[in-house]
Amino acid sequence: MKKNKLALFGIIIILTMFFAGIFAPVLSPYDPNKIDVDAIFQKPFQNNHILGTDELGRDVLSRIIWGARISIKVGFVATGISIIIGILIGSIAGYYGRKVDSALMRFVDIMLCFPSFFLILSIVAITKPCITNVMIIIGLTSWMGIARLVRGEFLTLKEREFTQAAKIMGASNMRIIFRHILPNAMAPIYVAATFGIAGAILTESALSFLGLGVQPPTPSWGNLLSIGKSTMEFAWWIALFPGLAIFITVLSYNLLGEGLRDILDPKTYIEV
Amino acid sequence: MGNYILRRLFGIIPLLLGISIITFSVIHLAPGKPTDLQTQLNPKISQQTRARLEKLYGLDKPLYVQYAAWLKRIVRLDFGTSFIDHRSVRSKIRETLPITLMINVLSILFILLIAIPVGIASATKRNSWFDRFSTVFVFVGFSMPSFWLAMLLIMLFSIKLGWLPISGLHSMNYDQMSHFQRLTDFGRHIIMPVFIGIFGGIAGMSRYMRSNMLEVLNQDYIRTARAKGLSEFKVVYKHALKNAVIPLITILGLSVPGLIGGSVIIETIFAIPGMGRLFFQSAMSRDYPAIMGILTIGAVLTLVGNLLADICYGIADPRIKYEKK
Repeated sequence: MKKNKLALFGIIIILTMFFAGIFAPVLSPYDPNKIDVDAIFQKPFQNNHILGTDELGRDVLSRIIWGARISIKVGFVATGISIIIGILIGSIAGYYGRKVDSALMRFVDIMLCFPSFFLILSIVAITKPCITNVMIIIGLTSWMGIARLVRGEFLTLKEREFTQAAKIMGASNMRIIFRHILPNAMAPIYVAATFGIAGAILTESALSFLGLGVQPPTPSWGNLLSIGKSTMEFAWWIALFPGLAIFITVLSYNLLGEGLRDILDPKTYIEV
Repeated sequence: MGNYILRRLFGIIPLLLGISIITFSVIHLAPGKPTDLQTQLNPKISQQTRARLEKLYGLDKPLYVQYAAWLKRIVRLDFGTSFIDHRSVRSKIRETLPITLMINVLSILFILLIAIPVGIASATKRNSWFDRFSTVFVFVGFSMPSFWLAMLLIMLFSIKLGWLPISGLHSMNYDQMSHFQRLTDFGRHIIMPVFIGIFGGIAGMSRYMRSNMLEVLNQDYIRTARAKGLSEFKVVYKHALKNAVIPLITILGLSVPGLIGGSVIIETIFAIPGMGRLFFQSAMSRDYPAIMGILTIGAVLTLVGNLLADICYGIADPRIKYEKK
């Protein structure tokens, strides 16, 4: 019961972020890229800038509101890519078994050898740091957990009577995989996807913080913090608020994921 | 036991080959291929860089020849020379890797030292205020962006209070210090980076420890131990602990890539001259040979970490080594 309250808290924050992202042009008090040389490094909660301004006099609150768009986009697109790859590889491995299974699972083992942040950073640096590449690369390097999960579900579900029945009725392999087995394997995928969004948002913000993600002047929470780092000796607010936005958003997805796990997947859940 | 280790060693050969294939394909994402029309349009890649890339990776030869050459070079850990300072990538890695390894080994030690007692305490006193607090901490630990936590700590302890140095591993006057002073100086520099590194790890590890402990405490042999009148202390710390700790070895092995990957951010923020910071600098300046070298070493380190975990597991749990393939 207590956990559902936490999950509800997560949903409220997530919806708030969606709202902020969608209505950013209306909600943000200033143009996020408007430079105002008369108002640089204004302290928060004074004057007209609630969360202060940065080194070019841009409004921090407006930039955080616009940054929500980037986080939502990266979280959902990257996780979408990783789920599609994970489902394809996991279901084929689990359904066909034998050599197909061991070949695909070796591939998963090899991918897991790479520290994922190393792999992401290498590919971003070698190709080109921009939001599209970042989303694709995070997706391409984070599907392995989902593939293992889906494979495990398929291994048990393919022995069940309804699969046998579908086979006897002459359904094709593709139809059995996607119409009969996959819908029954979705619950843990939803849970993993929710945690995946949290991870993707964290990774994107770390990349942007290092200067290898979303490029300025487009505001993202990560690149706001990298300005914050260079000015933190006197402008603490630029280092504080964007990070708080990342932390609360990621926390919300993690709480929602935990809540979903309780509801959808009671068997893997150890009573707290 | 020797047999078991040997079997494990043979098992990593296909993984090493796989690593080499993936790193090989990563290079081919790089602009600079003779067939790549974009190269001419990409002002970031100069003619000179492209010529060097072509020469280094033999990009004008057929693919299988290129791969054979790449394999031959990485077996000897020869990654070529850096585009930036023309030093060999291998010696650059050799200088920086020990620092990264030292920080990570320290981190792992502290994670175990803190997470195991926390996990035991929350499992044995379930639903106490301590257990509730540690549950909250787990979510905070999983959701905290490490670079932001690092900035908050720097702002508090270095800028506001002035207690800890902002960056580096040693103070300027390190050479004139006595041994004891050197140790405390080093400790003052290392405490924040290690804390950032272990923050998420403690959250995950104490959670595993808690659920392992809960599971073990429900086993029949624990009931037997209680039934024969052992004190609760002996039941928990002698009978249950051993069995609950063993699965942590696997988790520890699995956490190696995360720790190594995390060192990029931590070493960059605190200006620690380790492999993570070298990787960041190489990535920023598109120093392909260094990027490829560190990527390969990172994967091999993960592999070694997993192998060590497997072997430790074999030693700790005798059932494992008799298991047939």
